[in-house]
Amino acid sequence: MNLRPDPTFHATAKLAMQAPVETFGFTVMLSPDGTQSDGIAVIDLNPISDTYGQIVHQVIVPNIGDEFHHFGWNACSSSLSPLSGHAFLERRYLIVPGIRSSRIYIIDVKDPLKAKIHKTIEPEELFAKTGYSRPHTIHCGPEGIYVSTLGGGGKDGTDGPPGIFIMDCETFEIIGQYEMDRGPQDKHYDFWWNLPQDYMVSSEWGLPPQFENGIVAEDLLSNKYGHSIHFWDLRARKNIQTIDLGKNHQMALEIRPAHDPTKSYGFCGVVVDTTNLQGAIFTWWRDDNGKWQAKKTITIDPVPADPDDLPDLLKGFSAVPPLVTDIDLSLDDKYLYVACWGLGEMHQYDVSDPMNPKLAGKVELGGIVAHHKHPNGKDFAFGPQMVEISRDGKRVYWTNSLYSTWDDQFYPNDEGGQMVMANVGENGGLTLDKDFYVDFPKGLRAHQIRLEGGDCSTDSFCYPSV
Amino acid sequence: MTALWWAVIFSGLYHGINPGMGWPLAVSAALMERKHVAMAKAIAALAFGHFLAMTAILLPFSLMLFLVEWARDIRIGAGLLVIAMGIYLLINRKHPRFLARVHPSRLALWSFLAAMAHGAGLMLVPIFLGICSIGNNDTGHQAAQILMTGNFVTALVVATVHTMAMTLAGGLIAILIYLWLGLKFLSKTWFNLDLVWALSLVIVGLFGVYAAYVGH
Repeated sequence: MNLRPDPTFHATAKLAMQAPVETFGFTVMLSPDGTQSDGIAVIDLNPISDTYGQIVHQVIVPNIGDEFHHFGWNACSSSLSPLSGHAFLERRYLIVPGIRSSRIYIIDVKDPLKAKIHKTIEPEELFAKTGYSRPHTIHCGPEGIYVSTLGGGGKDGTDGPPGIFIMDCETFEIIGQYEMDRGPQDKHYDFWWNLPQDYMVSSEWGLPPQFENGIVAEDLLSNKYGHSIHFWDLRARKNIQTIDLGKNHQMALEIRPAHDPTKSYGFCGVVVDTTNLQGAIFTWWRDDNGKWQAKKTITIDPVPADPDDLPDLLKGFSAVPPLVTDIDLSLDDKYLYVACWGLGEMHQYDVSDPMNPKLAGKVELGGIVAHHKHPNGKDFAFGPQMVEISRDGKRVYWTNSLYSTWDDQFYPNDEGGQMVMANVGENGGLTLDKDFYVDFPKGLRAHQIRLEGGDCSTDSFCYPSV
Repeated sequence: MTALWWAVIFSGLYHGINPGMGWPLAVSAALMERKHVAMAKAIAALAFGHFLAMTAILLPFSLMLFLVEWARDIRIGAGLLVIAMGIYLLINRKHPRFLARVHPSRLALWSFLAAMAHGAGLMLVPIFLGICSIGNNDTGHQAAQILMTGNFVTALVVATVHTMAMTLAGGLIAILIYLWLGLKFLSKTWFNLDLVWALSLVIVGLFGVYAAYVGH
């Protein structure tokens, strides 16, 4: 408990953009086959440091088979919510869930170079207190830390629907299920909100049997993965509207609301359209009558390919699907970054007009067929995947692994974990930084990145940027 | 007597500057709606909720004073209650989570609940009882009916004066930040008053018990 608000809490997104830049990054390291322990890599991001771009510390957990994926902070700018009146939490702990084990680690990163495990929540406790399994996305918000899960109860996680649970932001005790009325929501993936406007949006991947042992091609082709987004009355904990994006829009994953809380719109990435293999971005917004709407505003076409160059899964299609697996929105709500994990491309769209995004920049790296090399001459395994933007919007970091078993299906010959960085031009445009290339320890892959002091997919701002 | 009325005003100013009593909500309302009038409305709603919380605590005590021969015991009991609230807030440093469940547009309700949860009304009780006690001594042995009406009116006046002072202080900070200082000052001026607040309750409670003993 501090006497003053944590200096990394900002009233508005604009103030966060003006704050000092990041000097450390935290990146998930995962063992794809569960033979090693997973961990968090602490990466030096201070360009004037001798160890710039190197892993300077690792927190390796004592268990194996956790499979780290997403993670997040115990507290962020949402603590400045005028409703709380108590802004004195510290941004100090990373909440790191294992999506395979359902175990949750609380890691103390007060001193990044001495980061250590603060507390471990065993899977049994999570099952008993929430009925959920496979914890995933973390957001700090009203009443505590919100965690989305991918599975319900039972061994394969299909006993009851998955949902969100709440955790105390100081003691890390699990409080219980969030939902009071989930409506038709029966799958889960990502969620985010607008705190002053009091709404939340959630998305759908698939149930555990549809992803844990790899993508199930029959389920995909029969459109059985998630294709709806849900709108919630955040404080009433009630699903108020569900929008079906269309059965063919398989796997509606990342939800990115505008950071300025006066805006009532955001984006959602769809991995693949099963009618034409396109990747897509939907813009969702609240209309004048208070109803939620969604419209496809970006499509990315597949690229024809020789079946000999394709993994078994894709041979029948003679094309590489873009596979939009992650998106991220800069704090000024200007640029949306779209990872095309299959093609091996990172796109930058100008979304100043959210209904008419314009491609502003592009970087090619990796890819199922293209195998674009990094400008430093080295290979990049898989394709651009988890993307994180610096608060000032000038640097874009990303890693390469999607999910252990899926990496192996789409990229059967690739292995390795890498993190790279691209610089954003004055008026848009994206260029890979030749000197930033983090190669992860052998046998470990890389997934989500968090930046010291907050980033573009962490903090929720409670006041408008005026 | 005058000192006690100053205490009513001072406690109002003190509650007003505490962000826990809601001035950041007034800033947020004005910015979200992009209208000055939204801030006025928010400040009014916060004041109304605070006033209700004050009267909800003070009125029962004003009625209890009808039991004139028990007046001293009531004052001591009230003092102990305020001390207990202070000690509770000292030990339980967790934030009242239910406040986050209130819809952001229901400011009066929020303000009422926030004041109740923090014992804002209790902080006034020993001061109020002191004022009543002096007033009653001055008027001598009047009929119980008149006494009770007098105490009832005093409670409303204390709550009103306190709320006006609170609104003035909170409103001033909100307006300064909204019009001139900017949101950067929101986090800069935001101090953790939890400890000071809890200690204030203990001190006010001790004062209540002491005043009851010495007979003022």
